[in-house]
Amino acid sequence: MLTPVPDEDGAPFWEYAAQGELRVQSCADCGELRFPPRPCCPHCQSFASAWRLMTGRGRIWSYVLPHPPLLPDYAAQPGYNAVLVELADAPRIRLAGNVVTAPDAPLNSVDPARLRIGAPVKVAFTEVDGVTVPRWLLERG
Amino acid sequence: MLKDATAIVGIGQTAFARQLPETEKALACRAILAALDDAGIAPSEVDAFASYTMEETDEVEVAKAIGAGDVTFFSRVGYGGGGSCATVGHLAAAVATGQASVGVAWRSRKRGSGPRPWKNTAVQLPTPGQWTRPFGLLRPADEIGMLARRYMHEYGATRDHLFNVALACRNRANQNPAAIMYERPLTREMYMTSRWISEPLCLFDNCLETDGALACVIVSAERARDCRRKPVYVHAAAQGLPAQHHGMVNYWNDDPLSGPAWTAARHLWKHADFGPQDVDVAQIYDAFTPLVPLSLEGYGFCGRGEGAAFTEGGALEIGGRLPLNTGGGGLSEAYVHGFNLITEGVKQLRGTSTAQVPDAATCLVTAGEGVPTSAVLLRA
Repeated sequence: MLTPVPDEDGAPFWEYAAQGELRVQSCADCGELRFPPRPCCPHCQSFASAWRLMTGRGRIWSYVLPHPPLLPDYAAQPGYNAVLVELADAPRIRLAGNVVTAPDAPLNSVDPARLRIGAPVKVAFTEVDGVTVPRWLLERG
Repeated sequence: MLKDATAIVGIGQTAFARQLPETEKALACRAILAALDDAGIAPSEVDAFASYTMEETDEVEVAKAIGAGDVTFFSRVGYGGGGSCATVGHLAAAVATGQASVGVAWRSRKRGSGPRPWKNTAVQLPTPGQWTRPFGLLRPADEIGMLARRYMHEYGATRDHLFNVALACRNRANQNPAAIMYERPLTREMYMTSRWISEPLCLFDNCLETDGALACVIVSAERARDCRRKPVYVHAAAQGLPAQHHGMVNYWNDDPLSGPAWTAARHLWKHADFGPQDVDVAQIYDAFTPLVPLSLEGYGFCGRGEGAAFTEGGALEIGGRLPLNTGGGGLSEAYVHGFNLITEGVKQLRGTSTAQVPDAATCLVTAGEGVPTSAVLLRA
């Protein structure tokens, strides 16, 4: 499996994930959220930032079911999904991820027929090759 | 002013195939020399070059191999297929402002026999892969598939609409002996039963993987009148990087479904003497079928959300509202990062296409949508 290769701007996201927290970068001056993280605020140009805790709730904005040719670790999980989750706290921010039946379940653990745009999901975290990454669990709509 | 100040006076290409024996450098030289021969201009007169940042052959190697003279302008445009039309735009600007007099744009690529770029897991894209790749969003097909499903959901677009795009390109390729898919017709049943690549995109929603090279020659309008071929004027050119755009993974702004095409289009039409309704034939970048309805909306051929419906009733076929990709496009002629769309636009305005639109006098050529893009308006 590919693990995230954080850059300097993104590193805090993964450090918070390792603590079980979903946080998004925000401007420490004007308060605007921004994603992906970057050095300064596109609204007020401030270089001061903070990382705001999200509720971890969202809705599926879109999804794909990738089929071969794929990298081997992904080809080994046929029928896996990749989703974009629109965060309830910040609808313009849509995190890529996977909907699974349990945090450490395989990427193909959910029947694709259960996926639909708009379905509510909640974040969970799991460790992959020593790195904590978010996963998404379906909630009752 | 850029408007009609320059013209494309030469085009050249190699054969297209899944695998060609020659190197990318040799293919580049062949395409460039063919384009110069087409123009009737000696290689020693070339003083400007433009290509893509993904191009593996460079100005130094190409210039010394073909016997170019002193070169005073050279430029590279980024973002893969988004740079195609900008190579023409940069040379047009250079020639129009007197920085050079004979410009060559080229693309040589062994994408058919070479590695698939997405298999290189070390490369970092403009928006770092940390946000997408670990989750199995591995390939451009996955990234565009995500936008395609959302588009289908929001606007009622169906796989039949995407098939209309694939079919129009295939039908044109079936008229073009140089096209990879020349002798291979496509049916709706083939499309609907083909394997998935990234659901909702199937095999036929994806472009070809091709070896080949193409080039074109750009000179001033004045010089063009003395060239061997009928000049095809660069009427307008634009690049497009919208505010808060994120590259092919444009998932984090207000409206991911209005991409760079909209930005390029606003500039293009502002500087043109005609509008979308006056375009006789279009060459729309088609790495994936959904890019066509998205581009039709962006470039103003229809309203937001109407791009899929626009494809109905044979609109994209010869005789339809907007015949497009008349050589077969990236889907069915060759995928060489869209350069064959530029040369096909020139052929249409010369009247020499294998699927000629009668009396075509205006052509829009676009580059990759979804990434920072570019476009040119050509006129006879």
